[in-house]
Amino acid sequence: MRGRPAGGNRGPSARVLAVFLLPALALYTVFIVYPLFSALQYSLFEWTGTARQGFLGLQNFAALFTVFPYDEQLIVAFWHNCLFFIGTMAVQNTLGLLFAMLLHRRRFGKRLFQTLYTLPYMVSPIVVGYLWLLLLRPQFGALNVLFENIGFDFLARPWLGDPDTALPVVILINAWQWLGFPMLLFGAALAGIPDEYDDAARVDGATGWRAFRYVTLPLLTPAIGTVTVLTFIGNFNEFSLVYAVGGSQGNPAFSTDVLGLLFYRTAFEGGLNAIGRSSALAVLMFVFIFGIAVVANRYLRKRERELT
Amino acid sequence: MSVDVLDKPPVTSHPVTRRGPAGSQQSKVVLVHLLLWGYALVAVGPLIFMVVNSFRPGAEIFNDPLGLPTGAYFGNYVEAWQEAQFGTYFANSVLVVVSAVFVGTAVSAMAAYPLGRYTFRGHGVFTAYFIAGLTLPIRLAAVPIFYLLGSMGLIDSRIGVALVYAASGVPFSIFILTAFFRGLPRELEDAARIDGAGEFRIFALVMLPLVKPALATVALFQFVQLWNDFFFPLILLRTTEKYTLPVGLTFFFGQYQTDWGAVFAGLVITTMPLVVVFLLLTRQVVNGLVAGMSK
Repeated sequence: MRGRPAGGNRGPSARVLAVFLLPALALYTVFIVYPLFSALQYSLFEWTGTARQGFLGLQNFAALFTVFPYDEQLIVAFWHNCLFFIGTMAVQNTLGLLFAMLLHRRRFGKRLFQTLYTLPYMVSPIVVGYLWLLLLRPQFGALNVLFENIGFDFLARPWLGDPDTALPVVILINAWQWLGFPMLLFGAALAGIPDEYDDAARVDGATGWRAFRYVTLPLLTPAIGTVTVLTFIGNFNEFSLVYAVGGSQGNPAFSTDVLGLLFYRTAFEGGLNAIGRSSALAVLMFVFIFGIAVVANRYLRKRERELT
Repeated sequence: MSVDVLDKPPVTSHPVTRRGPAGSQQSKVVLVHLLLWGYALVAVGPLIFMVVNSFRPGAEIFNDPLGLPTGAYFGNYVEAWQEAQFGTYFANSVLVVVSAVFVGTAVSAMAAYPLGRYTFRGHGVFTAYFIAGLTLPIRLAAVPIFYLLGSMGLIDSRIGVALVYAASGVPFSIFILTAFFRGLPRELEDAARIDGAGEFRIFALVMLPLVKPALATVALFQFVQLWNDFFFPLILLRTTEKYTLPVGLTFFFGQYQTDWGAVFAGLVITTMPLVVVFLLLTRQVVNGLVAGMSK
């Protein structure tokens, strides 16, 4: 066969290499890399519909902070993403760690509980959103009916219709869907801790909370770091669930609006210069999310080295 | 011996008195079980509720939201499948997702093979170039992708969505598969080479069968993501006949919100394929999730 290497280790010829690499290279470059660079370029120009006008420099970026309604909505949406992250860390990842601890070294039922807890992850965020919308309906919503039946009438409220409760409830719904993720990752990390650490802690008289705080928790730092960074990336890219619950406007009254929705509105429901401004927003979001993730990762790796 | 480890640390406020009499140990075990089963109910309850209600007529759901089905009623499914076009959406989802996963996995396996087995000029650059894609949020390139497909005549086309989907799986698949190819022993390859097999034969007949588990993980991981994706069909498809399930569901929900029975059936139709896949292949999915998370 032609293009066959003469020796075992010399590797294939350039032509053979090309045949192996080109399909993936072409697909990935055309549909992912090129569009991402285009977004950067788009953001520097003014657009009238799909026609490119003059070079604007950073004016599209500036417009996001100065022109109504972007200036108001950007801050609100950004703050909601921050709350999303804080709430998810506090509820989803803490519970994930708790359940990972409870299931660790359980001989019976570990796989069963893992499967049950991870099941909601398999469900499309759109389905999750609609399902909870139906469950939490003010009238005929199963959960509110349940609350009334057991005498907790005060809990029967329009949870997703009230601007004060909509965002926290969406965060809880999101946590419900994703809890299996941190649980599995923490479970894997716990399984990697040698038994000697626990035994040593016990010999030193450290039990329960103290053993957890001073032995287990430090050893989990790498896993906690990974979960934190991935939660951050996931939360700042939030879109489908909030779209299902509150539409592209983040209803009620923008109370569930996040950056992903704002980007969608700017790009596909925005006015004349939609392309320029939405691309600027995309670049801004990318720089922010990517930047924080890289910095956080570097910091965590450093912490890890100090601890080991 | 392992009870301390099983403890739920943050709740108890008296760490010193924990090694108390057997009674308190027992109550802790009970508490742990209560917690585990309690959350199991929270995790699965809504899904069971969804399935149960999909077998109840709409009027019955209104009258008694918490009731059990009085019999298996398939009317919702008939309505959703035929009148609400869920049959069409389902076929579109299968078509788009399966072809995208197939193409994405195939090209990734081909690229991962030389990257995992050989060192050649540009090896490092190619690897870095592909791996960089792991961190790129593709959705932010939505507008350029929209116009790119427009220039190719692929707006409102299932092929367009499938191409974007196939490309989106490439970085992760190459990342995982390269590692697997690297781990394979060299002897097999040498033996095949002595027998006169060329590079393509070695790849297709010797190496590929050996990385089957990795191929399954990678394909499954893509399948879950793409089956559930809502964003790209939302922006790239316009005719309802071409909608995949998540967008079709949105369209349907907007119009028939009050037809609860059919809505629940639609939710179940969208969800079932993945739940079946998940229950059949829990181990691979779990591995895939953890691999995907620790990327």
